[in-house]
Amino acid sequence: MSEQVEERTGEPFAFNEETERKFQETLGKYPTKMAVLLPALWLAQEQNGYLTDAILEYVAERLELSPVHVYAVVEFYTMYHRTPPGRYHIQLCRTLSCTLCRMEGIERHLAAKHGLHPGEKTDDGMFSLELVECLGSCGTAPVMRVNDVYCENLTLEKVDKIIESCKAGTQLEEDPMQPH
Amino acid sequence: MSKQIISTNFDKADAHKLEVYEKLGGYRSLEKVFKMKPEEIIDHVKKSGLRGRGGAGFSAGMKWGFVPKSIDKPKYLCVNADEGEPGTFKDRKILQLDPHSMIEGIITCSYAVGIHTTYIYIRGEYTKPRIRTQAAIDEAYAKGYLGRNILGSGFDLDVIVHRGAGAYICGEETGLIESLEGKKGEPRAKPPYPAVIGVFGCPTVVNNVETLSALPFIMNEGWEAYARLGTEKSTGTMLFSISGSVERPGVYEGEFGVNLWDFIERSTGGVRGGRKLKAVIPGGSSAAILTAEEAGSTNLDYESLAAAGSMVGSGAIMVLGEDDCVVKALRVIARFYAHESCGQCPQCREGTYFISELAERLESGHGDQSDIEKILDTCPMMMGVTVCVLADSIAIPARSYIEKFRHEFDEHVKQKRCPYDSARAPAVA
Repeated sequence: MSEQVEERTGEPFAFNEETERKFQETLGKYPTKMAVLLPALWLAQEQNGYLTDAILEYVAERLELSPVHVYAVVEFYTMYHRTPPGRYHIQLCRTLSCTLCRMEGIERHLAAKHGLHPGEKTDDGMFSLELVECLGSCGTAPVMRVNDVYCENLTLEKVDKIIESCKAGTQLEEDPMQPH
Repeated sequence: MSKQIISTNFDKADAHKLEVYEKLGGYRSLEKVFKMKPEEIIDHVKKSGLRGRGGAGFSAGMKWGFVPKSIDKPKYLCVNADEGEPGTFKDRKILQLDPHSMIEGIITCSYAVGIHTTYIYIRGEYTKPRIRTQAAIDEAYAKGYLGRNILGSGFDLDVIVHRGAGAYICGEETGLIESLEGKKGEPRAKPPYPAVIGVFGCPTVVNNVETLSALPFIMNEGWEAYARLGTEKSTGTMLFSISGSVERPGVYEGEFGVNLWDFIERSTGGVRGGRKLKAVIPGGSSAAILTAEEAGSTNLDYESLAAAGSMVGSGAIMVLGEDDCVVKALRVIARFYAHESCGQCPQCREGTYFISELAERLESGHGDQSDIEKILDTCPMMMGVTVCVLADSIAIPARSYIEKFRHEFDEHVKQKRCPYDSARAPAVA
């Protein structure tokens, strides 16, 4: 039997001044240090873009938790990145309403025209694509999320425009939410 | 136009801002709330018949009543804004378009139960709704609706927004509590229920966003006004998220007791492209499917849908037209539950994957009759045997899809392909 030992990832890490301020503020909102774990991981990810082993161990130390607890929690949730995502991380919804509204056409188009494949990152580091479960925007299916922005009622043309905007560095805007 | 209680502000410009919300009558209920005794409010909400809108449909007033009155521990309210049941998108509307109505409800609930700290657990993907909610909370603090001695009542309340990180199971109330405590969102065995031992070992109320947003109306207009709407046991209105193959998908508020298909057709304009209706999934992906005929003869309320073998659930209605494939629908939702199973119960961890694999095989044309039987044999082994209902949430629909649309499964086996593939448009318009 061979045992694969993975190398520990990441440079030594510490919260910067801004993150530290937010971290201290967050500590006061919960009666236990453990409850600050999810918020602290979010803060670390905002600062660094993804979570290295060194970051998980730093967060564990700051919250007086065992590293194994922090690792287990991070692996449980889908939104913490353990490797660097693309500058634009795309989450395309694949659940029922989006499927009924032909999300597969969008998936094929992203692959054929833009070279984006699920689970992969483009060579230039610009885009990464992930197929995700229900994004809670079924009334405007098909839907994808580009970083923090919901892109709804997708058509092939709309997808092209979004990709072009990203390449041009233009800030994406969500469509105004409709009353229905 | 059907009665609107929760969605009245959705079409009002800038209703998410405090100034506008106040002009629309917002926070008016608090004057009445603070004049009542806490137990009177609980009684009032019980009499209104308001039921939890997250999916379980349990009486909100009774849930509050289970919290011990005198206990030397803090009590907590956790607002479940971890909207994740496939097909559901109504809490997102409230958080983004009318967050103050939820905050007004939070204050009412907290005062009634004796709670001084509320956490709003918002799913990680909902960035804009979270920003709007936080902004609304900040405004409410500045105006004295939150914080110390609210409106001179002597009542204190803090409200904290907590961001989820991507896990459907955290919408289950004890999964949510575990997650809030900084752990994996693995649901707890019950009892004890959260009302006795919830978050941080303390008595906890977990309420859905929409449930709380119904409270301002109930306090302003009285429980009688609310109970007059709907049916005897399904009182009031609910936000129905309607999606899938319909002309105008969206969130539509409706009074309970109306005909299910009438309501869908009236709200959305019916099946997209004038096609025929095949099926309706009425209560989120965990609900049993209804045939077109059943959808036309069932009323939209808790009792009628239960009698039809399905449920109101989270009010997420998904519509399948004549060229939508039921086998594919099963494949997609089975994959969802396999992905979202937390893994602590073997029946769920293994069963969801097994059904997902079998459905995938059948849908792609590689399955045979024994695969259909295997799904049917697996379902009962997953029901009522696990810590939470995630396993039941695939077993119940899987069985109903096969029982009601067996011919479609048989056709996939016979033709060795999906018979709906050629009828399918190549991509979106």
